[in-house]
Formats: sequence, structure tokens, C-alpha cells
Amino acid sequence: MAEFEPKIIAFVCNWCTYTGADLTGTSRIKHATNVRIIRLPCTGRIDFMLLMKAFARGADGVIVSGCHPNDCHYTSGNFHARRRWILFRSLLNFMGVDARRIIFSWVSAAEGAKWAEVVNTAVKEIRALGPYDEYKNLAPIRASWRTEHAG
Amino acid sequence: MQDKIIQKAKELLSGGAVQVVIGYGQGTGDRVRAIFIQKPEDAGRLIMDGRCVQNLAGYLMKHEVRALGRAAIVARMPVLRSIAQLMYEEQFKDSDVAVIGISDANELVDLPDLNALKEYVRANPLKLTPEEQAEVDRLDAMTREERWAFWMEETSKCIKCYACRASCPMCYCARCTVEVNQPQWISVPSHDLGNLEWHIMRAMHLAGRCVNCGECTRACPVGIPLRLLNQRIIADIADNFGEEEDYALAAFKPDDKEDFIR
Repeated sequence: MAEFEPKIIAFVCNWCTYTGADLTGTSRIKHATNVRIIRLPCTGRIDFMLLMKAFARGADGVIVSGCHPNDCHYTSGNFHARRRWILFRSLLNFMGVDARRIIFSWVSAAEGAKWAEVVNTAVKEIRALGPYDEYKNLAPIRASWRTEHAG
Repeated sequence: MQDKIIQKAKELLSGGAVQVVIGYGQGTGDRVRAIFIQKPEDAGRLIMDGRCVQNLAGYLMKHEVRALGRAAIVARMPVLRSIAQLMYEEQFKDSDVAVIGISDANELVDLPDLNALKEYVRANPLKLTPEEQAEVDRLDAMTREERWAFWMEETSKCIKCYACRASCPMCYCARCTVEVNQPQWISVPSHDLGNLEWHIMRAMHLAGRCVNCGECTRACPVGIPLRLLNQRIIADIADNFGEEEDYALAAFKPDDKEDFIR
């Protein structure tokens, strides 16, 4: 049987991590291809509902990444985001949702190598955890059916 | 206690300071319900006893109530907290509401205006009772799989009636995310996914705003202990961010501590 390939959605900010991921490419650093990047203006814009949506639509893991503290393009977006993540992560854990499947990181525009490392580590960890069937099976319609028929 | 409230309500109404007093009155059977007193001679209908736990602050946000004119509200501690938070969210001005405040020790508190209310609430920061904390800790002590099973069992009872939302003074958005369908954030039917999403969203949108009045849990027709979710967040805010701010999620410290960001 082929090895399980996790589907991971990365929500990243435009100014640091997205640019950093770009640098990973221009630096010709290879990394796992399981990650689909969604670019948002700022980590402050990464609504927790987006993460819920990713899982509902069949993601096995999620990466959330943005500018290091004090480096936010909008001065304080990541500080506000960090407070929300602290509460959100704790709430998910309290509800029994597998918070290990959400990986948070700070990756700056200069850290192309770090992004590759974050992606590779995330893929390795999520692969070890296996598919997130527990969550996918909550939907009344199988996630696989939706992927095949609704894209 | 009850007499003092009636007296105060009479004064406020006959002096013309307020047009309506929101308080508790006799309901069906042995229950109390919210009543809206508009004439000084009706003030005698007001009740204050152990049954009067409903958080009345939500009525201040209803346009039907606002249309009655300036209101005074019979306010125990949770109601006072709700009003302070609603003021922070600029839902009304200092002069819009008068309060007949009642302390936790069941004494009438003199709060001449809403600034006094704010000071009073700040002086009494929100804390979980030892029993409430113990219940949160009990769930924390379970394994993740046990917690998942617990909440799956509890939320499977949910019929998506949104009584928790309707009863909550803080849930006043004209259009709740749950009704947004472009995109459809929350799965509509009350199946496992939709229920889980709803309860996560409700707790998160109340993070830092919830005053732990318990109205959601009392309103729930199927007895989901959804208040636990809010209490988890209240404890987290106290542990991680301290108690200085009026609204923890509108503030930050550059050195907020966490241990999970890589």
C-alpha cells in the first residue's frame, strides 16, 4: 500500500511567510509537495473559521504562519493573532479536536530555508498522525464524495 | 431587598429619570420572568429573590425596549458586567441606562452613572468559582479522545435552535456568522459537523466578552453544558493575559507567552 500523503493547507501572511516561501522556491530548496498555500493579508486576518473550514473540507493538517513578533507589516496584526491562537488552540484541545494538526510558526521573508523545514516537519508529523478521519467523518456526506463531485 | 428595589424603581419612574424599569416579576407557575414597568404604581410587581438569575442585559439591546425610552435595569453582578462590556463595545452611551445594582452580598449598590458601574466592575474582576474551575479541570484531566467523545455526545443533542444565542446579551450582531451563506461558514443542519462548528464559533466569538452569567446553559433545551467552553476561555485569559484589560482580545502584550509557535 502506498504511503499516506497528507493534505495540508497553509494559511500564511502576504508580507513575511508568503514572501519567505517564495524565497524557498527562488533558492531552489526542495520540500514536500503536500502543502497548498493560501495567502492572506496578515496573520490578523486568519480567522479561526478558515481553519475549521479547511478541516471540514478534508485537510489532514493546517499550517498557520506569519511575521515574527515586532515584524508585522501592520505593526500589531500578529500580536492580536497570537492571543487568538492561544485561546483557540486551547479551546480545540478542550473539545478534543486534535490540536497537533495545526502547526503555528513565524517565518520571515528572509527565512526560505526555515519555511522548507516547517513544511517538511509538518508533513512528517501529520503523516505519522494519519488521515484525520475523525473530523472528516463528521460531515453527513463523505469528504471523498465531495472532492470527487464538487471539487 | 425587594422593597428597596421597588422604592428605587418608584423614585426613578415618578421623577421622570427613566421611562421603563426592567426587572423580574411573577411568571407562569413558580417562575419569574422579565417585566417592564412603565408606571410608578406598577413598581410593586417587582420581585427579587433566589429565582431571579436571568441576565436581563440582553433586553437593553432590543429595539422594542429601546423604543420605550430611557431604561433602568435591575442588575446583579453578571448584568453589571454585561453592561460594562456592551459599553466597551459602544452599544450605548453613558446616559442611556440607569442601573439598580445589587452586589454579590445581596446589598443595593449605589451606582449613580455608568462610569461608576465601570469602576465597580473593574474592582470585582471576573473569576470562576472553585466548583466551576473543578469542572473545567475534570475535563482537562481526560485524554483527548475522552474529551472528543464527551463533546460529541453532548453536541449530538444540539437541535440548532440557537436559544443560547438568543439568550446571550453579547450575541447582538444583526447578522450572525451562522446565517451567512456566501460562503457557508457553518454547516446548517444539526449533524455532528454543524453542531461542532457552531459551538466552537459561539465560544470563540464570545472569547474575552463572556461574563459567565450562564444564561446560554439555562436556555439550552437539551442541557448541553456549553458554558464550560466559555469558562475554559475565561480561565485561559486569566492565566495567559492577566486581568488588566477590559477586553483581552482587543489588546496584546509584545511578550505574550506561548509554547507552540515554531
